[in-house]
Formats: sequence, C-alpha cells, structure tokens
Amino acid sequence: MSDTIKLHYNVSPDDFTRAGEASGDVKSKLKKMGVSPEAVRKVAIAMYEGEINMVIHAEGGYIDVIISEEDITMILVDMGPGIADIEQAMQAGWSTAPDNIRSLGFGAGMGLPNMKKYSDYMDIDTKIGVGTTVTMKVNM
Amino acid sequence: MKLNEFIEKSGFELVTEGDMEGELSEVFCCDLLSFAMTKNPAGSVWVTVMGNVNTVAVAVLTEGGCIVVAEGAEVDENAIGKARMQGVCILKTDKSVFKAALEAHYLIS
Repeated sequence: MSDTIKLHYNVSPDDFTRAGEASGDVKSKLKKMGVSPEAVRKVAIAMYEGEINMVIHAEGGYIDVIISEEDITMILVDMGPGIADIEQAMQAGWSTAPDNIRSLGFGAGMGLPNMKKYSDYMDIDTKIGVGTTVTMKVNM
Repeated sequence: MKLNEFIEKSGFELVTEGDMEGELSEVFCCDLLSFAMTKNPAGSVWVTVMGNVNTVAVAVLTEGGCIVVAEGAEVDENAIGKARMQGVCILKTDKSVFKAALEAHYLIS
C-alpha cells in the first residue's frame, strides 16, 4: 500500500479556544492508524507548538499534514510578520510573546526549540512582512 | 487508584468530569504549558494554577488523568466548556500547589 493521506486545517487568529484542535485531530487519527506511540507523541508536541505560534505571532494560517508509510509531514503556513533572526528565535528562552500570552502559560521561548527537538526534520522559510512556512517531518 | 475514588478521597471540588474509571499514574506539577506538553505523564494528576483552555488542550494531548487547579486560581469558562467537550476532569482546591500535590501523591501511591 503506498497511499498517502492528506489533511488540511485552518488555524484561526487569536483563538486560543481552538488552538490544539488540529494537533488533537491528527493525534487521534494517527493512533487509530496504529502509528507508534512515540511518533504520535512527537507529532502532537511539534504540531501543537506550531499551532500556538501561529495563533500568538502570525494571525493564524493553515496546516497541511501528509501521512505516508515513511513519515508524517507537517507544513505550517502563515502570513504573519516573519522571523527576523531565526538563530535567536531557536534559542531556548528567547521570546517576543507579549505579557498576556505569558500569563496563559506560554511565551517562555520553548516553542521553536520544542518543535525542533520533537521532529526528525525541520525547515523554516521566512520573509519579513510576508510570512513563515515551517516544514516538519516525523519518521514512522 | 481510579479517578472517581481519588475525587472522593481528595475532597477537591469537581468542576468537570473525565474518564472516571481511569487509573491515575503519578502527580505532576507545572504551570509552563510548553514544558508540561513534553513532560506531563499519561494518567497524571496535574497540579497547576493555570485554569485556562490551553491547560485543557495540553491535558488532552498528553492524555493526563485529571487537572487540579490549586491555590484557589480561577478556572475560566472556555476551559470548562472545552473540558466538557473533550471529557477532561478538572478539580479545584484552595490548597497550595505543594499541599495539593503532596496529598494527591499520598492518595495514589
């Protein structure tokens, strides 16, 4: 069987009530498909952090998920402000999140580092004023 | 210990119900959600002061056993709505995070 499954999710801006729905849905689908718990966990963490980032920083966007026999690919696309300094943004503890986000339990500068740590491949394509596309893969 | 027995013995106030027959594993304390996301053990009693909708989302993704919102912190309406929808148990207590976690630890160990 070489079928791939493609899923598409819209991420609403500033809507914390729905943040986590896309990653939750992917998680339950992967579990039903019998994907290993470790891969499911990695996808759930990496994708949830990505979703939260899109809600906080980028006024939402969309996520495409492609599930193949080899891996799970997550493509997170937003039309937000872009990341000025990727190296700095990748440092644990670095954050530009405002105080109201910190009071919700985020903004500790762990989002991108978690995404990197829990994916087997991550690429960030960003342009100031245009947006950011983050591609992550988790191996089966 | 099952969740329903834990609720009865702890005396923590029940806000929303979850998997009442679910077995609890261990106690976990953390308020930083990006950290809890990677560390909250499945089936845990998660003691925190964060009573917002994101706490519920993290509990769902990590398959935690229940959330205990301690220190008399508020559980907001969005969190309650989402917890009901997703079947996540939220409990409340005025006790400190430390005392709530310690009591929970003695109960489930």
